Amino acid sequence: MKDFAPQLPAAGCRNTPVLKERGQREVFCGLTGIIWLHRKMQDAFFLVVGSRTCAHLLQSAAGVMIFAEPRFGTAILEEKDLAGLACANEELDREVDRLLARRPDIRQLFLVGSCPSEVIKLDLHRAAERLTQRHAPHVRVLNYSGSGIETTFTEGEDACLAAMVPTLPDTDERQLLLVGALPDVVEDQALGLLRDMGVAPVRCLPAHRAAETPGIGANTVVALTQPFLNETAAFLERRGARILAAPFPFGEEGTTAWLWTIAQEFGVDADTFARVTDAPRARARKAIAAAAETLRGKSLFFFPDSQLEIPLARFLTRECGMTAVEVGAPFINKQIVGPDLDLLAEGPVIAEGQDVDLQLDRCRAARPDLTVCGLGLANPLESEGMATKWAIELVFTPVHLYEQAGDLAGLFARPLRRRALLSGLEGAA
Amino acid sequence: MKLTVWTYEGPPHVGAMRVATGMKGLHYVLHAPQGDTYADLLFTMIERRNHRPPVSYTTFQARDLGADTANLFKTALQDAYDRFKPQALIVGSSCTAELIQDDPGGMAETMGLPVPVIPLELPSYQRKENFGTDETFFQIVKALARPMERTAHVSANLIGPTGLGFRHRDDIVEVTALLEEMGIGVNVVAPMGATPADIARMGVAHFNVLMYPEHAEAAARWAEKTLGQPYTKVVPIGVGATRDFIAEVAALAGVAPKYDDSRLRMPWYSQSVDSTYLTGKRVFLFGDATHVKCMARMARDEMGFEVVGLGCYNREFARDIRALAKDYGVEALITDDYLEVEKAIEDLAPEMILGTQMERHIGKRLGIPCAVISAPVHVQDFPARYSPVMGWEGANVIFDTLVHPLVMGLEEHLLHMFREDFEFHDEAGASHHGAAAKLRSLDEAPVAEPEPAMAAAAPAEGNIVWLSDAERELKKIPFFVRGKAKRNTEKFALEKGVTQISVETLYEAKAHYAR
Repeated sequence: MKDFAPQLPAAGCRNTPVLKERGQREVFCGLTGIIWLHRKMQDAFFLVVGSRTCAHLLQSAAGVMIFAEPRFGTAILEEKDLAGLACANEELDREVDRLLARRPDIRQLFLVGSCPSEVIKLDLHRAAERLTQRHAPHVRVLNYSGSGIETTFTEGEDACLAAMVPTLPDTDERQLLLVGALPDVVEDQALGLLRDMGVAPVRCLPAHRAAETPGIGANTVVALTQPFLNETAAFLERRGARILAAPFPFGEEGTTAWLWTIAQEFGVDADTFARVTDAPRARARKAIAAAAETLRGKSLFFFPDSQLEIPLARFLTRECGMTAVEVGAPFINKQIVGPDLDLLAEGPVIAEGQDVDLQLDRCRAARPDLTVCGLGLANPLESEGMATKWAIELVFTPVHLYEQAGDLAGLFARPLRRRALLSGLEGAA
Repeated sequence: MKLTVWTYEGPPHVGAMRVATGMKGLHYVLHAPQGDTYADLLFTMIERRNHRPPVSYTTFQARDLGADTANLFKTALQDAYDRFKPQALIVGSSCTAELIQDDPGGMAETMGLPVPVIPLELPSYQRKENFGTDETFFQIVKALARPMERTAHVSANLIGPTGLGFRHRDDIVEVTALLEEMGIGVNVVAPMGATPADIARMGVAHFNVLMYPEHAEAAARWAEKTLGQPYTKVVPIGVGATRDFIAEVAALAGVAPKYDDSRLRMPWYSQSVDSTYLTGKRVFLFGDATHVKCMARMARDEMGFEVVGLGCYNREFARDIRALAKDYGVEALITDDYLEVEKAIEDLAPEMILGTQMERHIGKRLGIPCAVISAPVHVQDFPARYSPVMGWEGANVIFDTLVHPLVMGLEEHLLHMFREDFEFHDEAGASHHGAAAKLRSLDEAPVAEPEPAMAAAAPAEGNIVWLSDAERELKKIPFFVRGKAKRNTEKFALEKGVTQISVETLYEAKAHYAR
């Protein structure tokens, strides 16, 4: 029988000592997750309870999306809300009533905690219960925290999905649950491949609509599509589900390994697997090869941002021929990214957390060919002559699975190609 | 609590960042939770700065809450001083740190750093970004500037330009040129481009040019009182305002008002017959108070527009804007809620909007041309090319900016008028595409197309009904005056107690309002 498991390197990074740093962090808070979550959950509204800073952050991060009647907003705390907490609850109830009256299409309302609401210990959990009773059965109100003091960027999605898990109905059905908000086009591809292999039933968390919410139970097997779902995975296990250990579906190899893990769990034979995946695997390899020409032999430095860094470094080193110098992640859960760490060849510094000035010193000393970092660092590093790839795009763009593998490699190749194209262009800053 | 989707202004610490980022040799240590660093990207992306903003964040996390956050602040301050060796520091809290009540100013004082450390009190739950710029700059000036002997020749400080300011970069060049033509030297431009050492020698200038009252009025007032420097009250946006500004400066400096306006093309462009169609165009203005104030004058007196409404989002200037609105015989709109602005625009149905990025989107939605005249703006309004709004070149720039969307509107109108013409129907494509054009058969009936929301002759208030003949007649009126015609007719009908509008009513109303 054929085996589709990837070849392990002589030594992987699973046991590499992790450089743990604390200091100034240049990252987004978990509120940012709302920007893609609200697109995915089409009958949900995300109401941040926070300050003007929170509203300003969402507006800066959401860019033009803000003008499309978005299903998110901020209840801005005012001076009088800080004076007495009882008052804050009444205020919140009133704002929610008004909001739900204006948007009767809303079925799920998320009260999203922020730093200010956490610091004044506004109990949004109790508020959510109270409001659920008030608006039942039409609307269900949940809460989670996207505050910067507790969550970093994509951890906002983790907190949101984890908050949903206790509310999922029980089921004994033997099923596969795909967990993580994927762009629709990618989700459809995943469902198509699994269907063609005969894996069924397959459900998704989050679902498009509240009515499609999946059940959960002891016979549920979970395939995570995103590496940052640490708390969600723990909550799912608590409900009896089993989490499959697999590399994440980035690149041809990652996707194959991920699908193969599921296939083995559901007793799909190698021939069927080959029949379903041969063509897309070949397509992915071909598409990657085009971008890999630019990337091969180039060095790579990841600043921490989304927890996608380890699986992406695995893809870029193994399938595109790059060399990783440092792979920084805001948080590393070896249980979840272990399979990717096993595949990532020994060599790079694996860093968790951040002291941005020290990390910049290391980056400048290493002079990597490509630096993956946030938008606050990208232009400053470019002006120092270093090519950068801004990391947020990796969360907003479809990058998972076979058909996107070429695009994913392309995202990293483009800054290098552009640099080469403009090499004769000089002038004052 | 107030539900908000869009905010015209950020929190006040973003204002402080704008001052710090505009300056050199100054560092801002901000007590703030992880995540507040998002504001860096406003400077590195929208303004395309090629260095990190000079801001260190303590980025405390949940586990740090308690006694630890104070130590975190001290460490961050010491690290920032050691690494960046600034001439001066500013320290303060963001909204969350304000709640945990560490005292950045007090803690900084105990550390005995060898440079001035200026504490900022920015009440995040009451005030906003523009207060933050004004207060921060004021505190810096107050801490560093001292009365000094004046320069031998007449000189002035230019105060107000900051990081992330709408066209601040080029306005500085333009105003500097205006002063130079009168033989007035520029002593310090601040905060933009100034170091703390520069602020310390602000006192040698004879007077201050207050370029942007939003960002430096408090400092200007303080300098007037403490340094004995008068400051200019006219902001030189528009031809008339620039002339007034020159006269004001000349009087303050005790020199002859001298200027070279040989490159000023705006007045002739506006007088040329090509511009006749601009006469009486109904415009609505919204933005920060200073830009609205200046642009209202330009719109009425230099472009020949009719100002049908105006307002601002910064309530610090509400009184000024109310007074201005009275001059123009319109209602002032003081709000930071874009839905109220949208409502006002819908009600007034202007032919053009002069506003911010938000009004541009409102305009797009309502099909009304819009030109951007004020922050907040997106990346396209930090252009590579020279584009001031102040002085002579500024007037040229504004003329083009205001006319471009309208010319496009006129083209659209022509297409609209001739849309039933077989050569100009929608599918024909633009005429210069020649070969690709597909002419519709002469016999084919014109395709009915949905009208834009604004023009739809829906039943009006007070249960007035448009008869179908009148409705058809209304649609023959060019779209850019259709909204006005519709409202006038309905108003006329209401006054006459008519409940059904016929073609007759339409033309009676037209005659009634004709002047």
